[in-house]
Amino acid sequence: MSYIKCTDLKMGYEDGVVFENLSFSVNKGDYLCIVGENGSGKSTLMKGLLGLVSPLSGAIEYGDGLEKKGIGYLPQQTDIQSDFPASVYEVVLSGTLSLRKLPFYSKSQKKTAFENMDRVGISDIKNKCFQELSGGQQQRVLLARALCATTKLIILDEPITGLDPLASQELYDLVKTLNKDGITVVMVSHDINSAVTHASHILHLSGESYFYGTTHKYVRSPYGEKFLITDCPCDDCRHQKEVSDNA
Amino acid sequence: MLEIFSYDFMVRALIVGTLVSLCAALLGVILVLKRYSMIGDGLSHVGFGALAVAAAANIAPLQVAVPVVLIAAFCLLRLSKKSKLNGDAAIAVISSSALAVGVIVASVSGLNTDLNSYLFGSILATTDTDAVFCVVLAVVVIAVFLVFYNKIFSVTFDENFAAATGTRPALYNMIIAALTALTIVIGMRIMGTLLISALIIFPALSAMRLCKSFKSVIIVSGILSVFCFIFGLILSYYFDIPTGPTVVLFNCAVLLIFFVISKIRMKLMM
Repeated sequence: MSYIKCTDLKMGYEDGVVFENLSFSVNKGDYLCIVGENGSGKSTLMKGLLGLVSPLSGAIEYGDGLEKKGIGYLPQQTDIQSDFPASVYEVVLSGTLSLRKLPFYSKSQKKTAFENMDRVGISDIKNKCFQELSGGQQQRVLLARALCATTKLIILDEPITGLDPLASQELYDLVKTLNKDGITVVMVSHDINSAVTHASHILHLSGESYFYGTTHKYVRSPYGEKFLITDCPCDDCRHQKEVSDNA
Repeated sequence: MLEIFSYDFMVRALIVGTLVSLCAALLGVILVLKRYSMIGDGLSHVGFGALAVAAAANIAPLQVAVPVVLIAAFCLLRLSKKSKLNGDAAIAVISSSALAVGVIVASVSGLNTDLNSYLFGSILATTDTDAVFCVVLAVVVIAVFLVFYNKIFSVTFDENFAAATGTRPALYNMIIAALTALTIVIGMRIMGTLLISALIIFPALSAMRLCKSFKSVIIVSGILSVFCFIFGLILSYYFDIPTGPTVVLFNCAVLLIFFVISKIRMKLMM
C-alpha cells in the first residue's frame, strides 16, 4: 500500500474545475516534485492532499501507516505574517500539537522540537524572533516545525520562493538529506531544473493532461522536453540547431 | 492613598476593571495579529444597542447584552470570511446600525441621562450582581484562554498548518470571537461603548514594540493593561475626571513611550 494514492481525482472551486482524471501515488521513500504552469492546480492538489480542500470526485487514500494529520507541511512564505512576534522555539514547538490532546506541551513534545531544530541546524537561534531571521533561516524553522508533525512525509509548497541561490541550494541539500534519512518528500515547485536534479518522481500538471512517472522517464517525455532547457538559448546554438534540424 | 478604596463602588470598579483589562489584553494580542482590531469596536456598539433596548424594556442589561453580542461576534466572523463585503466594511455596517438603534431607543424611552454613561463609561454603573456576573465571566475567559493557549497560538500564526495537522481553525476562531464578545460586554459599563476597544488594542501594540516572543508579548500586554487601568482609575478619582478616557490616555502614553524606546533601540543596534 502507498502512503498516498489518488484515483480519478477531480478538484476545483465554485468557479470551475481545476483538473480531473488525475491518478498517482506516493510511496515510502519517494521524492515527488509537482510541477506545472501557473493555474494548473499545483496548490489546489497540495491542499487536497492536506485535507484543506475536498476533492469534487475521486479518492485520496492514505495508507502504510500514514494518517492525513500526520503529514508535515511547509507553507508558502507569503501565508505567514511578516510582523508576528514569535520565537523560533515557539514556532517549532507548535508543530508538535497534533501529537497530544492535552492543553500543555509534554516533555516528549519539547524533546521532539529540540531534536528537529538540531536536525535542520537552527538550535543556536532558538530564542531569536522569527520575523528577524533571513528567508533561508525562516524556511529552516518552518521545516523543523513540519518535521515535528511527522516522521513519514512532508509536503513543501514552493519552498525556495524569495530565497537567494545559495540559500536555495542549502535548502535543497537539506531536503535531500532528510529524504535519504527516510522522510518521504512531496514538493510543489516552479524550479523545474532543480526538481529534475533532486526528485525521484515528477508529477507535471498541464491543464487537460498530466505526466506522472519517474524523473528518468520525465526527462525523455514530451512534457520534460518542452520545459527543460536542454538546448543553449544563445543565438549561435539556435542557429546550429536549425541547421541540424534541416539536415 | 488606600482611602479611595473605602468606597464600595471603587472596589467593584477596581476588581471588575482589572479582570476586564487582563482579558482584553490577552485577546487583544490575538485580534491585532489576526487583523481583527476593529472587531472590539463593532461589538461594543452592538452591546450598546442591546443595553439600550434592555433598559427600555426593563430587563437586566447584561443578560440581554451577552447573547446578542455573542451572536453578533459569530456573524461578524462569518461575514468577514464568506461574503463579498470586506471584514472592516462589515464591522462598520453592523456597528453604526446598532449604535443608531441604541440611540433612538434610548431617546424614545427617555433614557437620555444614562446615554452618557453608556457611551463613555461610568464606574458608578456596576451593581453588586453585575460585579459578580462580571467576575465569573472574566475568570471563564482567562481560564479558557490559558487552556487553549497553544492551539490559539498555532491557529493565529498559521491557519493552514494548524488545519493540516488536525487543529480546527474554525473552532478556535469561534472561541476567540466568543471570548472577545464576553470581554466587551463586561468591560463596556466601566470603559464605555466608545472606548472599550482601546483596552483591546493598546496593550497589545505596546507589548509588540518591545517583545520578541509570543509568550512575552502576552505577559507584558497583560501587565501593561492592568497597570494602566489601576493608575487610570486612581488618577481619575483624584482629579475628578472620567475613568474610561483617563485609562485610554494612560494606555496611549505607554504606547508612545514604548514606540520611542523601540526606535531608539533600533538605532542603537544599527
